[in-house]
Amino acid sequence: MYNDKVMEAFAHPKNVGFIEDADGVGKVGNASCGDIMEISLKIKDDVIVDAKFRTFGCAAAIATSSTATEMVKGMTVDEALKLTNKKVVEVLEGLPPQKIHCSVLAEEAIKKAIEDYRSRQSK
Amino acid sequence: MKEIYLDHSATTYTDPEVLQEMLPYFTEVFGNASSQHKAGREALKAVDTARERIAKAIGCLPSEVYFTSGGSESDNWAIKGMAEMHKDKGNHIITTKIEHPAVIRTCKALEREGFEVTYLDVDNEGIISTKQLEEAITERTILISVMFANNEMGAIQPIAEIGAIAKKYKIAFHTDAVQAVGNVPIDVKAMNIDMLSMSGHKFYGPKGVGVLYKRNGLRIGKFMDGGEQERNMRAGTINTPAIVGMGKAIELAVENMQANNEHIAKLRDYFVSQVLEKIPNVYFNGPKDMSKRLANNANFSFEYVEGESILMRLDMQGIRVSSGSACSSGSLEPSYVMLSIGVPIEIAHGTIRFSFGKSNTMEQTQYVVDQLVSIIDNLREMSPLFKEIKGENIYV
Repeated sequence: MYNDKVMEAFAHPKNVGFIEDADGVGKVGNASCGDIMEISLKIKDDVIVDAKFRTFGCAAAIATSSTATEMVKGMTVDEALKLTNKKVVEVLEGLPPQKIHCSVLAEEAIKKAIEDYRSRQSK
Repeated sequence: MKEIYLDHSATTYTDPEVLQEMLPYFTEVFGNASSQHKAGREALKAVDTARERIAKAIGCLPSEVYFTSGGSESDNWAIKGMAEMHKDKGNHIITTKIEHPAVIRTCKALEREGFEVTYLDVDNEGIISTKQLEEAITERTILISVMFANNEMGAIQPIAEIGAIAKKYKIAFHTDAVQAVGNVPIDVKAMNIDMLSMSGHKFYGPKGVGVLYKRNGLRIGKFMDGGEQERNMRAGTINTPAIVGMGKAIELAVENMQANNEHIAKLRDYFVSQVLEKIPNVYFNGPKDMSKRLANNANFSFEYVEGESILMRLDMQGIRVSSGSACSSGSLEPSYVMLSIGVPIEIAHGTIRFSFGKSNTMEQTQYVVDQLVSIIDNLREMSPLFKEIKGENIYV
């Protein structure tokens, strides 16, 4: 049901872990739904210089976490806020319909991490 | 790469001996078993032999064996056929919360038609209480349907006790024995079973064929209208090759049951002990007393990781298993069977079923243990629910 690109991202995910001195952290989902995604970002001058994830979830959740963190690295926070789940799915060349919600989590986690970054900035 | 199949509760391969017996019935003895000429009579003879073999395996008469397309059809027919025929007598059915969807959804369909259904709870090992069963019986109860053995965690129900209760109250007793036939000794007369569903491909027979055993004298509605096959109860051209295969498969399964179970249980027991020893924070689901579960079944919930991820990682290593996690089936709900035995919802998401078969080896079992240990470890490192601090496992 998964294509080769998704399987590759799931088998060898990039950016696994947690940035201890992160500038923004976003955590979405909950264990009873079977999906939790946590993304931590290192941001310099509004540019995302590093991104890591930890995900409890299915193969699609892990693959989209890996892909989304790869995509936002090097983006400005404004660019990253425009990252949609659709674009992540495009890079993965498609997900089964019932797995689209996993890619939504990735989008939400990044937005939440950037919100966290901005609220820290404004303090 | 190694290919290790540990999903025998989903389906088995067709035993080569079974296949050999089937082959002539595709090309040489291809007559319609309902035809009067020689080609038909020869096919009918083979069907009769299969019917006798099945009857012998479960202790009934050949005239009580009805061929169907499989377990789901048998379950549907038994329950809907009973409801249709006896609805004037009563509209209450008793079943359990851990039945296969072929039973649960059939009961739900009858509820929409005005039937009342009691879904019995199970204990934390997946076994019903016969006391609760007896208390649930009313004057309107026409059917008790309790599965023989559970497909997810292998729990074997006290079928003879249930049969005795059903007999005492003169209520028909159906059991979905799809997972049990060929794995557990069955005697429908001694166990007071009135109807029993089975499926050929769960015991090294072909797919697309099953049986409903129905006690002579018990009346149920027809499954579908058409020809007069199966004593005018189940229309449709007789599937001779599949029936021949199912007959051979059940004969082999019963003949070799003890030897197969000893071998399979040895692998399963070793596997269970290794998993519990080598992987922390794991739940072994279902009966702990191995005599109360199918010899082939091991079911675990691994905390902090999700079932489909485990399944897919094992698959990459050539290991085929099944996940109780519904994330793979498109819904966000974990297995209702796991929830029924009290596995917390967030842990139920990390459930995997390993079901062993007669061709598995100890070497394969060791390989699966080794792969599983490293896969769980790796996925937990990736999980935000699991944080390892200074060598101590601290879970948040």
